[in-house]
Amino acid sequence: MVTLLYFAAAREKAGISSERLELPAGATVGALLEVVRARHPALAEVLPRCRIAVDQAFTGADATVPDGAEVALIPPVAGG
Amino acid sequence: MTTTRRARLLEAPLSVDACVEAVKHAGAGGICVFIGCVRDHTLKDTSAGPQSTVAVVKLDYEAYAEMAEKVIDGIVHDAEARWPGVRGFVQHRSGTLTIGDLAVVIACSAPHRAEAFAACRHVIERLKEDAPIWKREHGEDGVTWVGLGP
Repeated sequence: MVTLLYFAAAREKAGISSERLELPAGATVGALLEVVRARHPALAEVLPRCRIAVDQAFTGADATVPDGAEVALIPPVAGG
Repeated sequence: MTTTRRARLLEAPLSVDACVEAVKHAGAGGICVFIGCVRDHTLKDTSAGPQSTVAVVKLDYEAYAEMAEKVIDGIVHDAEARWPGVRGFVQHRSGTLTIGDLAVVIACSAPHRAEAFAACRHVIERLKEDAPIWKREHGEDGVTWVGLGP
């Protein structure tokens, strides 16, 4: 089970700020994003522009998502 | 083991004094402070004209607070490693801000001014690239997430 967090434009498009998903063992970030894409068609435009953080660190699509991880979709940032 | 945290996300007004105090010490001959404020206009993201602007009324800052503090803390520690003698501290707002409100305060001290300026510049540039913080502009054109494009 992993926890997915949606922020800013991704949160608005998904209509939720978080959800919990069951993933097969050894699933990658890329595989998780495919699940997200299928669950939330409204995210189609934002998703390719998002970076992904696993347990609060940026990570690539090939990384494995550990069980219990907190995965965040990070749309283009605009702090400062 | 705990190290001093160099970043705070706050829902209350920021304190320049607190940031300066956090980096002040006997060996610090110069302190550079960068303050980012909410501006009353933004560049229009269209082909209409390169410099046309639209009025902004207020901004909502949203943050992935725990990660933002961790990322900014890492950026400050990176600056401290790059420029020996530098000590940095950052406060960043979340919530709704109006024109003139402080959005970010960065203080960097160093034995000499060159390192203080360089470190402060480094921190704001890296923060804008990597800190998971977003702003939604309320302007005359409606409400838009900055950086997402049309």
